[in-house]
Amino acid sequence: MAAPQAKLDALAARIAGLSFPVAGWLGAARADALDRLAAMGLPGKRDEYWRYTDPAALTGAVPLAAALFDESDEAVAFSGIDRVKLVFVNGVFDTAQSDDPALAGVEIEHLADAGAADIHWAREVYGVLETRGQTPVQRPLATLATAFATGGLLIRATGKAAKPVSLIYLQGSDTSDVILHHCIKVESGAELTLLENGNAAARLTMVMEVEVAAGGRFHHIRAQGRAHQRHAATHVFARLGAKALFKSFTVTANGALTRNDAVIELVGDDAVAHVAGAAVGDGAFHHDDTVFVTHQGLRCESRQVFKKVLKNGATGVFQGKILVKKGAQKTDGYQISQALLLDDDSQFLAKPELEIYADDVKCSHGSTSGAIDDTALFYLRSRGVPEKAAQSLLVLAFLAEAMAEIDDADIAEDIRARLESWLARHEH
Amino acid sequence: MLEIKNLHVKLEEEDKIILKGVNLSIGAGQVHAIMGPNGSGKSTLSYVLAGREGYAVTEGSALLEGTELLEMEPEERAAVGLFLAFQYPVEIPGVGNMTFLRTAVNAQRKARGEDEMSAGDFLKVVRAKAKALQIDAEMMKRPVNVGFSGGEKKRNEILQMAMLEPKMCVLDETDSGLDVDAMKLVADGVNALRGAGRSFLVITHYQRLLDHIAPDVVHIMADGRIVKSGGPELALEVENNGYAGILAEVE
Ligand SMILES: Nc1ncnc2c1ncn2[C@@H]1O[C@H](COP(=O)(O)OP(=O)(O)OP(=O)(O)O)[C@@H](O)[C@H]1O
Ligand SMILES: [Mg+2]
Repeated sequence: MAAPQAKLDALAARIAGLSFPVAGWLGAARADALDRLAAMGLPGKRDEYWRYTDPAALTGAVPLAAALFDESDEAVAFSGIDRVKLVFVNGVFDTAQSDDPALAGVEIEHLADAGAADIHWAREVYGVLETRGQTPVQRPLATLATAFATGGLLIRATGKAAKPVSLIYLQGSDTSDVILHHCIKVESGAELTLLENGNAAARLTMVMEVEVAAGGRFHHIRAQGRAHQRHAATHVFARLGAKALFKSFTVTANGALTRNDAVIELVGDDAVAHVAGAAVGDGAFHHDDTVFVTHQGLRCESRQVFKKVLKNGATGVFQGKILVKKGAQKTDGYQISQALLLDDDSQFLAKPELEIYADDVKCSHGSTSGAIDDTALFYLRSRGVPEKAAQSLLVLAFLAEAMAEIDDADIAEDIRARLESWLARHEH
Repeated sequence: MLEIKNLHVKLEEEDKIILKGVNLSIGAGQVHAIMGPNGSGKSTLSYVLAGREGYAVTEGSALLEGTELLEMEPEERAAVGLFLAFQYPVEIPGVGNMTFLRTAVNAQRKARGEDEMSAGDFLKVVRAKAKALQIDAEMMKRPVNVGFSGGEKKRNEILQMAMLEPKMCVLDETDSGLDVDAMKLVADGVNALRGAGRSFLVITHYQRLLDHIAPDVVHIMADGRIVKSGGPELALEVENNGYAGILAEVE
């Protein structure tokens, strides 16, 4: 079915100034993506999974300007963590600001360099997981990133990484429009922790494809940019082999618009995938988590834990699905999405879905939104805890279930401190 | 210590009047007990003293060592030395009991201009006090009151009281739901805190607790007023004959 003309027109305007190198396997993958994109067009607000989030700012021909943000009011994310820093400025890798990638003890290459090779592991990943993730729900912005990414890393772990790989995205100008696409492969028995932080751009469109082979372990912790006016559409596509572990946690504070798609396939038996998020927004903040988890293997476990704290008209969206395929017996699927509304102006829109074709499974989902518990607040205050501090304590308590998804205690503490300082700055 | 004068309280949202002129004077180091039928206003009195929202004071005052409590925020009342052991202690998922206690102790110290307690000192003190109340380390790690039995919640209230060392302790039915041994633990906890600088207002339905915590004065509250006050023998009279006789006599 041909896409409506409006979507195709939007696409034409969006990619008018863009091009990509056509050589090699990467050129072919990009060309394939462009073909697929031409059939889909860009998302429109009548699309089933864009009803709660207007994609206009993400699909427009030019980005809305986003003022550069001074982050010096708190320590930069992960600054206390021993890691290998790889820095992008306006989506372009900055060697001078980066550490030696070799220190991570994993293979790290640039998309541009690897794309010319005849044989490359990334051929089986780049655009491949993204393509799989288009069914049954189209995600054209991801395809856009496959076709037109101007930067990206190919990271392959064959053993336990020596240090976390830390991708830092700096925004260099207030109209920057950045498209990134990373591929990650965690080989059998290998383990990698990937950190991401920073604003990246006024508008960021990105994809990260993650293949975790049998017994591989992948941890992803992301602190999204705090610039108030930035817009971002991110996608994580993951495919898990037998006994593989995938854990992804995102903290989002501020940002005019954030759409985080996570598409996870548990293919091998006994795989475990957890995806979690803590989002805090005050005022012009629209935050959308759209998650699609597919169970195919036997005895796999998935958890989706999303918590949002909203005030002054902030909006939170959660669209989460657990699809259990025929034969995926003994699936253990869990999904929770909750919003804490600190006033009457804020709203939370949730669309939790379960679709199950196996008979011996355990799946649960829940979605709630509510205010601070006045009784708990009074109890804390009656013990001498000042109102604001008591409120912060309760907000952090609300976020605790999502925070518990971070395995590393130091990283968890870094994120907690970040949330605490945000709460202190946003006390009314 | 605590001087309540002609206290009138109604519900903020409704026209229901709950306290209709309560007068109560508790001297330093004294223990007073309040008994009274269900719904007579005992918990309301304790909540109003602690500063819970939803009640409007239409008349009267409550002075703690000469300072008006009713004008203060709940946390300020706590900092000047008021403590309420809740009839129904509140569960707070996600906040560890230990974190809660340390936050509370240090917040009060800060409000009074004192130094915060070091983590090491705090741990030592809290362990000793928890042990005396037979609260195990596991309970201290759990979220505040979550999954605690009724009796455990009440003991946890007393632990908080012991840590915060308030001047004026209001205990709202701390004995309800306690087995005989737990009642003894709680009473011992209270008695250990008794002293010249600390007073207690113990709300209870049962003489039993007062066997362990001997009160100086017993008050009977009915329909929003203190209708009778006397010595410990008044509690015995209630235990034996109920309220009917006393209420008829004051009518
Ligand atoms: N927030 C409230 N909303 C509505 N009614 C209230 C509220 N608080 C108290 N009341 C009413 O006020 C009256 C006194 O209640 P209170 O809880 O103070 O009684 P009590 O003496 O503590 O009773 P008990 O012995 O059962 O604990 C009751 O009729 C109660 O229903
Ligand atoms: Mg009561």
